[in-house]
Amino acid sequence: MEFTDEQIHRYSRHIILPEVGGKGQKRILQSRVLIVGAGGLGCPVGYYLAAAGVGTIGIVDSDTIELSNLQRQIAHNTERLGMPKADSAKLTFEALNPDVTVIPIKERLNKDNILDIIRDYDIVVDGSDNFPTRYLVNDACVLTGKPLVSGAILRFEGQVTTILPRDGHCYRCLFEEPPPPGLVPSCQEAGVLGALPGVIGALQAMEVLKLILQKGEPLKNQLLIYNALTTSFRKVRVPRRSDCPVCGDSPTITELHDYEAEYCQMRF
Amino acid sequence: MEDLRPDKKIDIRGLVCPYTFVKSKLAIEDMEVGEVLEILLDYEEAARNVPKSMQEHGHTVLKVEKVNDKDWIIVVRKEHD
Repeated sequence: MEFTDEQIHRYSRHIILPEVGGKGQKRILQSRVLIVGAGGLGCPVGYYLAAAGVGTIGIVDSDTIELSNLQRQIAHNTERLGMPKADSAKLTFEALNPDVTVIPIKERLNKDNILDIIRDYDIVVDGSDNFPTRYLVNDACVLTGKPLVSGAILRFEGQVTTILPRDGHCYRCLFEEPPPPGLVPSCQEAGVLGALPGVIGALQAMEVLKLILQKGEPLKNQLLIYNALTTSFRKVRVPRRSDCPVCGDSPTITELHDYEAEYCQMRF
Repeated sequence: MEDLRPDKKIDIRGLVCPYTFVKSKLAIEDMEVGEVLEILLDYEEAARNVPKSMQEHGHTVLKVEKVNDKDWIIVVRKEHD
């Protein structure tokens, strides 16, 4: 492909970086990224990836926009209350950059649809707000060998980690099983300060761009923890566990499992 | 003697920074290592900045010459992909 004059202008601050150049920008334009969730994390992740020119962005969300979302979910707006979040994200991201095609997927991920959905993408980003989805996405990415950039937020703290299946750790190396229902509040029960998902989502978007460009060091075998109140970042080493139930040497999890039923009471 | 015969020429008169460098960089990316690019430009600041940036990116600037009242010619050899 050849750049148009408009693209040369739009991506000029990328092209002048030695680590990107025209070749890197073409890689970005040809890349396909799936974002799970068009909420607090999915909005900034998608916004920055769209701005960067990621050619195809799939966005999975079955919810509609509520007023209480708008304090942090920056791709949506007041006029769009009630609209499916995935449709709103498409409108916002394609308006920002017409080079980008956004595919809205208005479904809730489960063990029967996730493999078909992630198949078409190079990288998966988890911005979900619940443990069933988080474990399902982890297991599906490990089983299919897809890179996964996972983010989580609660109150004033956020976490980011990059999972390169079998090359590094996975989510189950970190936390083998989801916590018992009721022990950990979901985002719908707990507060979050509005800019926190912006910080974490921007870090996730940066991890995705690094993976696409194959530059720098991904956050593999590490968990980055951000504390907004103390303005501190710390990295915790998370080695891949040889006895991990899904990515270990003798995995016990070899097919997908829905935790949905055990958790539905905490989402409402 | 350096061989200054260009393998490719671009005319980017009318462009200002950073597009002078963006266009030059895109041109050199499409060339083979060892080939020579000749850039014709008319933005004075770019006559200083394009050679500087090309050197920072590891290429060799063979010539920077003001050829008339307003135009410069810069000749660069590509040193790596």
